[in-house]
Amino acid sequence: MKAIEARDLVRRFGDLIAVNGVTFDVEQGEIFGFLGPNGAGKTTTINMLCTLLRPTAGTARVAGYDVCTQPAAVRRSIGLVFQDPSLDEQLTAWENLRFHAMLYGMQRSDFERRAQELLAMVELADRTHDLVRTFSGGMKRRLEIVRGLLHVPRVLFLDEPTLGLDPQTRRHIWDYIFRLREKENVTIFLTTHYMEEAEHADRIAIIDHGRIIALDTPENLKATVGGDVIHVRTSDPTRAVERLRTRLQVEPRVVDGVVMVELPQGERMVPQVVQVLSNGDPPLEVQSISLRRPTLEDVFIKLTGRAIRDEGADSMARMRMAVRSRRRH
Amino acid sequence: MSWRHELMAVYTIWLRDVIRFSRDRTRILAALGQPILFLVIFGVGLSPAISDLGGGELDYTAFLFPGIIAMAVLFTAVFSAVSIVWDREFGFLKEVLVAPVSRVSVALGKVAGGSTVALFQGVLMLLLAPLLGIPLTPAQILVLLLLMWLTAATMTSLGVLFAARTRSMEGFHMIINFVMMPVFFLSGAFFPLRGVPLWMEWLARLDPMTYGVDPIRQVLLQHRVSEAVLATLRLYPIAVDVVVLIAFWMLFLVPAVWAFARTE
Repeated sequence: MKAIEARDLVRRFGDLIAVNGVTFDVEQGEIFGFLGPNGAGKTTTINMLCTLLRPTAGTARVAGYDVCTQPAAVRRSIGLVFQDPSLDEQLTAWENLRFHAMLYGMQRSDFERRAQELLAMVELADRTHDLVRTFSGGMKRRLEIVRGLLHVPRVLFLDEPTLGLDPQTRRHIWDYIFRLREKENVTIFLTTHYMEEAEHADRIAIIDHGRIIALDTPENLKATVGGDVIHVRTSDPTRAVERLRTRLQVEPRVVDGVVMVELPQGERMVPQVVQVLSNGDPPLEVQSISLRRPTLEDVFIKLTGRAIRDEGADSMARMRMAVRSRRRH
Repeated sequence: MSWRHELMAVYTIWLRDVIRFSRDRTRILAALGQPILFLVIFGVGLSPAISDLGGGELDYTAFLFPGIIAMAVLFTAVFSAVSIVWDREFGFLKEVLVAPVSRVSVALGKVAGGSTVALFQGVLMLLLAPLLGIPLTPAQILVLLLLMWLTAATMTSLGVLFAARTRSMEGFHMIINFVMMPVFFLSGAFFPLRGVPLWMEWLARLDPMTYGVDPIRQVLLQHRVSEAVLATLRLYPIAVDVVVLIAFWMLFLVPAVWAFARTE
């Protein structure tokens, strides 16, 4: 049996189509990642799978139960870590866990044993009886993961589990996630907009504007980008693209002012790229050049023509620039 | 899902509210401060002007005191429902809504929690009775507890009804100001409802608080004033107050649970 089966899931909010026909399967014991920019429909999909939202159309089964007709059975089989913290900060870590156990109808002895075990695993055992208010962001998130796993769910949903955490804490959270999968064989469905993190998943669905535009292992997805990626900063990106196209028969693209070229055996092509750009009329100045293995970011750019990260930040920056230039005139 | 599990869920939601309340000393003090302020300022300020209550047998502060107890219960009850809006904004509500328990249990747990907390505030106010020269027997205290609890449950249900449909704290506070103030002022807490114009009498009749203040006053002042004076203060027999209060409770509770169960 599959851990999750989603078939043509659609969710509309008025005129807005947040999720537009999403179909995928998740195997038992798999770490499955939903990757996409903010507003792509990731959280809406999770909310439908965990019965918080009714799909406008389509069906989904989680742990074998239909989300529309058997919501209670689905709820008993899943654990959830929300994007926004949902702990009661006025209670201690232990009280938060105990209330969860009571809501899920756990036996007291089962609860105590399991809570201690999980708290030890995420290294919170010594803070058990402290108020959650005194916890750092990373500690809260760890406690939420413990809470999500307390009732031995078959599927654990993690909605942006590392959002707003510093890089070191993010690495820690991932260590715990791996350890959990190993010890519990729990299926993990997570969403993220961090490319590096999506690489940790067994399989990834890339979602954009409410649709899945690619679904495969991270390796296979990256293999769709032809070879290596060379990034060039030059004084004139437009002219650089044209020149590379005619002289090297490649299809470069410009993202955020950086010229990107996909090439097999990229390291051998770097000198040629520099030469083509600087020997010509007019000579273009190469400000920097870098070569790297393709990342999921490159996959996303290849599929959509734009970068996934900092879309919001970019538009904010643009707005600020516009305001500033208006003031100047 | 078994009814025992649902009962456990009601208990869990109740327990959380009670623990939170017991930890929040400032909230307890603030919830006490306002009624005491009203009691002292209006009691002391208006007593000389209103000296002919019960033929001079009853001072205004003692008359006001039952109304102030009801006020403490009313405000604590309604504001305890604000935690639903708060939880919606800060996420804890999701944890509860995604648990395998029915929303009916969650709403009932909220009403139970709010009522308990409001009852507790009422009891704290009641402790002032000896200071005001109001004698109380154990039997009176028992009846007062029941009346305060019924008032608390009715008003918490009203609060949950509003909170279930409200998305923002600002919206909730608007409702509180628009609804709570008239409910409080028209309940007979401040002035006797006998002899007021007909329109006000009718508004008071529609005010659920009226049926909380009236029996609390009757029981509280039972041994403070003579039976003749008590009769002039009485609006309805206590049994009638209780029946009407229960009717109001159901009138608020059923749609409150229904509205809460429908939220996404």
